[in-house]
Amino acid sequence: MNLLLLLPILIPFLTAVTALLAWHNRLLQRRINVAGASLHFAAALGLLASVSRDGIQVVQVGNWPAPFGITLVADLFSAIMITMTGLMGLTVAIYSLGSIDARRESFGYYALLHTLLMGVSGAFLTGDMFNLYVWFEVMLIASFVLMALGGAKAQLEGALKYVTINLVSSALFLTSVGVLYSVTGTLNMADLARRVSSGAIDPGLTTVLAMMFLVAFGIKAALFPLFFWLPASYHTPPIAITALFSGLLTKVGVYALVRTFTLIFVHDVDFTHTLLMVIAGLTMVTGVLGAVAQMEMRRLLSFHIISQIGYLLMGLALFTELALAGTIFFMVHVIIAKSALFLVSGLVQRVAGSYHLKELGGLYRSSAALATLFFVPAMALAGIPPLSGFWAKLTLIRAGLETEDYAIVSVSLAVSILTLFSMTKIWAEVFWKDRPGSSDPPRPLLPFQRRSLLIPATWLAVLTVLIGVGAEPVLDLAMDAAAQLKDPSAYIRAVLGG
Amino acid sequence: MEVVLAVVIGALYAAGLYMMLRRSYVKVVIGLALLSYAASLLIFTINGVTRGRPPLVPEGALRPSEPFADPLPQALILTAIVIGFGVQAFTLVLFKRTYQATETDDLDAIRSTEHHKKPAAPASLAGTKEGG
Repeated sequence: MNLLLLLPILIPFLTAVTALLAWHNRLLQRRINVAGASLHFAAALGLLASVSRDGIQVVQVGNWPAPFGITLVADLFSAIMITMTGLMGLTVAIYSLGSIDARRESFGYYALLHTLLMGVSGAFLTGDMFNLYVWFEVMLIASFVLMALGGAKAQLEGALKYVTINLVSSALFLTSVGVLYSVTGTLNMADLARRVSSGAIDPGLTTVLAMMFLVAFGIKAALFPLFFWLPASYHTPPIAITALFSGLLTKVGVYALVRTFTLIFVHDVDFTHTLLMVIAGLTMVTGVLGAVAQMEMRRLLSFHIISQIGYLLMGLALFTELALAGTIFFMVHVIIAKSALFLVSGLVQRVAGSYHLKELGGLYRSSAALATLFFVPAMALAGIPPLSGFWAKLTLIRAGLETEDYAIVSVSLAVSILTLFSMTKIWAEVFWKDRPGSSDPPRPLLPFQRRSLLIPATWLAVLTVLIGVGAEPVLDLAMDAAAQLKDPSAYIRAVLGG
Repeated sequence: MEVVLAVVIGALYAAGLYMMLRRSYVKVVIGLALLSYAASLLIFTINGVTRGRPPLVPEGALRPSEPFADPLPQALILTAIVIGFGVQAFTLVLFKRTYQATETDDLDAIRSTEHHKKPAAPASLAGTKEGG
């Protein structure tokens, strides 16, 4: 029994339970929250170290042999995603201390936060399709409550849209799992991969199944044209929650797509991955064009989430080892950079009292540190060297050039320029232009807020620089992970043995 | 039996989707419930309806004799029902609270997430609500 594989699920679970037991003691909950998130991150790092040293790790839950029981698997890609979950969990746990109001805290905010982390970690670790559905639901229920918690009118309206579309997606996912079982007779991902590649299953039927999963995961990942729920809901909850959602939730959808479309649905790459390519291009373009029209920071950044999802999908669609490495690198980069931007926009709101570009201005003069904190991840997102985004995009574009898919390469370059334009717009409106006469003077942060809000935002900004400057080891790790994805025989052998 | 179930499932999906396209909150909740019932019944039917053959292993044998009712789809359905129950209970409460907050049950009328309104008064620092 490999305990390391269970810890990323058990630690958030125990943290949530302990936080619930301390229901009446808000101060204790805050401490439990930070301790739990730190332990989770430490366990995630341990798992990453162990997987990169010893290869793919497997636990057969309850000692039922695969494919009959539920399998937990961590290959490098899963371990990287778990590490990012731990990092985001800790970042948001600390940021929440200074930004979540006492009322939300005493109504179980921290318990929900860790339940969400448990669901996300479970989804990254499971090797079973139905179990993936269950983890999705755990994650969704926690996210539903987090989104509605507080009960502001806009929050409830956003939650209503978010809940409805996600339940439709879940129903579709469940339907697909049922049909998948009837067609293949198994739900274990490694076993599915083996059976589909053995040719015993009608490839036409497999393609139909692939499309059903594409729609189910596509809604959760906010792909074109299934993304409308995201900009309608993501800006409504407190900014710490938005940052966590933007860092993790859509990425779970992308993870599920990458996992299924590298392991199981590789029987007809010409059709499925070409379709993915078209969707990737359209997702990039619509996301970034939607952002151009926005004047509210959180809505603007929400549209950018969609645009970045397009890049993640591009690597999957190109389906070479280098392209998959690009997707993994991009995933690491975008989780950090995008969440950093949301955290900084929360700081801007805290200092200047608004998220709206027209009501802001002059922040470069009044708080240069804040401006720097925005500038670094914004430039990383646009792909300016030497920050993390540059290497991520470079890897994807090199992969595109190698396979001579010039259309997607030119689209991704054009979208990069528009992203830069968008970031420049925020920069000019929020930081450079003079403060509009009608707005209140900036309020200084309280000393406690200074610590709990600035530290997480700063370390994310530092990380984007570090990943950019020291891109080599990260890229090596991504290449190894991509090699495991491209050739799943090691994964299948690890799960099924033999 | 399968034919009847197939028609029922088709009707449930159609009714569920139709209800979700209505503008009233209540009908959307009903639509969501119908969709999850449809998915459960589909799993049950598509994996083969076997009457009166429980998956019991006879003495001395290693596996039940064919044909037997596969217990796995039923385990999946049971899990899905439990999850669906919890989610629907939450959805009902959420929709009721939204109805109380917005004082309308017309989905087309809830648009405050799409437009920015300048807050009436600057929120105080201690109890800032960021949703707005």
